[in-house]
Amino acid sequence: MDAIILQILNGLDKGSAYALIALGLTLIFGTLGVVNFAHGALFMIGAFCAVTLSRLLSLSHEVAIPGQVDFLGNPATRDVPYVYDIFGEAAGAAIIDWSVPLAILLAIPVMIAVGVIMERGLIKHFYKRPHADQILVTFGLAIVLQEIIKYYYGANPIPAPAPQAFVGSFDFGALIGFEPGTIIYPYWRLVYFAFAVVIIGAVFAFLQFTTFGMVVRAGMADRETVGLLGINIDKRFTIMFGLAAAVAGLAGVMYAPITSPNYHMGMDFLVLSFVVVVVGGMGSLPGAVLAGFLLGILESFASMREVLEIVPGLNQIIIYLVAIVILLTRPRGLMGRKGVMED
Amino acid sequence: MSKGNLTRRGVLKTGAVAGAGLALPTYLSAAGHEGFTNAPTGSTVTLGFNVPQSGPYADEGADELRAYELAVEHLNGEGDGGMLNTFSSKALQGNGILGKKVEYVTGDTQTKSDAARASAKSMIEKDGAIMITGGSSSGVAVAVQALCQEAGVIFMAGLTHSNDTTGKDKKANGFRHFFNSYMSGAALAPVLAANYGTDRKAYHLTADYNWGYTTEEAVRSSTEAMGWETVGTVLTPLTQTDFSSYITPVLQSDADVLVLNHYGGNMVNSLTNAVQFGLRDRQVNGKNFEIVVPLYSRLMAKGAGANVKGIFGSTNWHWSLQDEGSKAFVQSFGTKYGFPPSQAAHTCYVQALLYADAVERAGSFAPCAVVEALEGFEFDGMGNGPTLYRAEDHQCFKDVLVVKGKENPSSEFDLLEIVEVTPVEQVTYEPDHPQFAGGALGSCNNGA
Repeated sequence: MDAIILQILNGLDKGSAYALIALGLTLIFGTLGVVNFAHGALFMIGAFCAVTLSRLLSLSHEVAIPGQVDFLGNPATRDVPYVYDIFGEAAGAAIIDWSVPLAILLAIPVMIAVGVIMERGLIKHFYKRPHADQILVTFGLAIVLQEIIKYYYGANPIPAPAPQAFVGSFDFGALIGFEPGTIIYPYWRLVYFAFAVVIIGAVFAFLQFTTFGMVVRAGMADRETVGLLGINIDKRFTIMFGLAAAVAGLAGVMYAPITSPNYHMGMDFLVLSFVVVVVGGMGSLPGAVLAGFLLGILESFASMREVLEIVPGLNQIIIYLVAIVILLTRPRGLMGRKGVMED
Repeated sequence: MSKGNLTRRGVLKTGAVAGAGLALPTYLSAAGHEGFTNAPTGSTVTLGFNVPQSGPYADEGADELRAYELAVEHLNGEGDGGMLNTFSSKALQGNGILGKKVEYVTGDTQTKSDAARASAKSMIEKDGAIMITGGSSSGVAVAVQALCQEAGVIFMAGLTHSNDTTGKDKKANGFRHFFNSYMSGAALAPVLAANYGTDRKAYHLTADYNWGYTTEEAVRSSTEAMGWETVGTVLTPLTQTDFSSYITPVLQSDADVLVLNHYGGNMVNSLTNAVQFGLRDRQVNGKNFEIVVPLYSRLMAKGAGANVKGIFGSTNWHWSLQDEGSKAFVQSFGTKYGFPPSQAAHTCYVQALLYADAVERAGSFAPCAVVEALEGFEFDGMGNGPTLYRAEDHQCFKDVLVVKGKENPSSEFDLLEIVEVTPVEQVTYEPDHPQFAGGALGSCNNGA
C-alpha cells in the first residue's frame, strides 16, 4: 500500500510537468492549428532561465587567499559574489539560495518574448502549410535552440538547487498512520505539484473568466466567424503563443532543482508530452491535463521493481502502450473534440 | 496476383547499390602502399581523433580533444614537452613520430556506435589516418575497435570502462589504457567494507546497456565477496532523466546502501534524486544509509553539485596526484587551457604518447609491429605509477584511485579527494577471468 501511495506521488510531479507542457502544446494547437515541436525546447529554455539567474547572481570578483596556491602553484583566489558586497554576506547568500524561485520573474518576460518572436518571426509563415511542414520547421527550431544552449552552457547538466528551506523530505507515512520513513517525499516536488496546479488553474480561469479568454475560446471554436465580427484574432493568438511559451518556461524553471538542466531535457519531455496531447485529445485543454497526470502516474507504476520482474522493460513502453489502447478504443483521445485534425 | 515491375530505372538503381556494396571492402586495401593501411609516404603522419563533439558527452569530448592537441604539440617538439619529460621510455625525441611531423584529423562520435564507426571510417579512408583514438563510451569503443581491426589500423581507446572492451570484445589491433569495471569493484570493495562494514544490504540501479551490466556484475561480486548482500537490482533506461520512481522502491526495501551504476547525466540525475528523497539522512538496520557511485568523473561530479559530498567512487586518474608525470601534465594542460585536465583528457593524452612511443621503438608504423611493441610493455612516469600493457588482452594494469566527494571544495575543480591508491596487485585478474571470458584477441591486421 505504501509503495502504491509513493508511486502515485511520484507520478503527480512527473505528470505535472507533462500536463504543463501538454497544456501549452494544446493551447497553441487549439488556437493556431500548429503542432509545435519546439515546445519542449521552451521548457528547456525556462530551466536555463533558472541557471542564468543563478549565474548572474553569483557573478563574482576574485579575492586573494593569503598563504594558499592554486593547482598551477599561483596564488589562490576566492570568488566573492557582488551581491555580497551590495547586500551583505547573509542577505546575498539568501538571494543566491532563492535564485530558482526568483527566476520566475526573469522567465515570464523572457519566455513571452521568445514565444512572440518565434510565432511572428517563423511559425506564422507556416499556418497555411501542411502539418508535416509545421512539424519539420518546429522540430528544426527545437534542434537549433538546444544547440545554442549547448554552445553557451556546455553539454553537461548544471545543478540548480532548490532553496535550503525546501531541501529534505516530508514524511507522509507518519502523517497517515504508516511506519515513519516509509512514505517520504521531497518538499520541492510538493512545491512543484502545487505550482503546477496553480498555473493550470490560472490558465483555465484566464480562458474562462476574462473577455480575452472568451474571444480566444470563440476563436478556437470558429476562427472565421470571430474574424468576421471584426475581432483581430491573429493578435490574440500571438499573445496566446507567448502565454503558452511562458507556461512551458515556468514549468522548466521550477523543474530545474528536480533534474539538473541540460540542453536536451526539452527533447526528453517533448515526445512524451506530445503523446499526452494525443491521448488527452487534440485541442482539449482538460484532456491534456488529465492525460498528463494519468500517464505520469502509470509511468511511475511501470518502473516498480515488482512490475519489472513480471514484464521487463514495461517502464519504457507503458506510455505508448496506453496511447495505442486509448486511440484504438477512443480515436479522438480521452476528451477530444469532433472535427479536430479530422479534415 | 503479383505484378512485374522491372523497369530500366529499377535495374540501374539495383545495379548501383550492388556495385557500391561489392566495392565497399576494397577500402581496406585502397590506401595500402608498404603492406599496411595508410602507410605514411610524405613528411607527415596523420592521427584520427574520434571524440564526442556533440551529444551528451560533448564536454568530455572537448577535453579529450584538448589533450590530443597538447599531445601533438609535445610530439612535434613544441610547448614544454609535458609527460615526455617524465615518461620512462625515452624513444620519443620531440621530432614527430619516426621523424614525420604529426598532423591530425577529428571525427564526431556523437556517442553513437554507428556515427562513431562512420567518422572513423571516413578518417581512415579519406584522410589517411594511421591510428584512431578517443571516445567516451564503451559501446562506441567496442564498435570502433572492431572497425579498426577490419581496416588494419591501430585503435587506442579513450574513456571506456566496460569489461568487454578488453574482455569478450577485445581485438588484436585495440588497446585500452583506462581501467575497467572489474578494477573499480576490486578497488572499491575493501574501502567500502572498511568504512561501512561487511554486513550491508545493497540495492543497485544500473544503466541498461553494456557498461552498466559489467559494472553491476563487478561491484556485486566484489562486495558480496566481502560479505555484503545484494537485495535488489533494477535496470534503468539510458534516456531516463527523473529517477524518482526507481528511488522510492529503495525506501521500501531493507537496503542500507544504494549503488548507482550510472555515468554522465544519468549519474547526475539519479544521485540528485536519491539525495532529494533523503536517502542519505536515513537510518536502516541501525546504520546510516549510504550511496556509492562506482565510476566517478570530475566533469560529471560538477553537475551533481553538493550531492557528491562524502560519496565513494573510483577514478582512473585525478589532477591532484603529486607524482612527477601528473604534475608535468597538469602544468602543461593548465597553462595552455586555464583549468586542470579531466581523467578523460589524461587517458587520451597518454594513449597518444604510448602509440607514438611504440612506433618509435618498433621503427615502423605497421600495425603488427606496433602491437608487438605495445604488448607486455612496462612503463612509468605517466601519472599512474608503474604500468603494464598486458599482452594477453591489451589492457593496462596500474594502480586504481578510490575517491570521495570532497566535503569542503576549495574551487570548482576541487570536487574529489583521493581516499586510497589501490595497488595494481589488488586489481589484477587472470586473462580468462569469468567477467572477461568469451572473446579472443585474434591476430593483428596490417590491412592492405
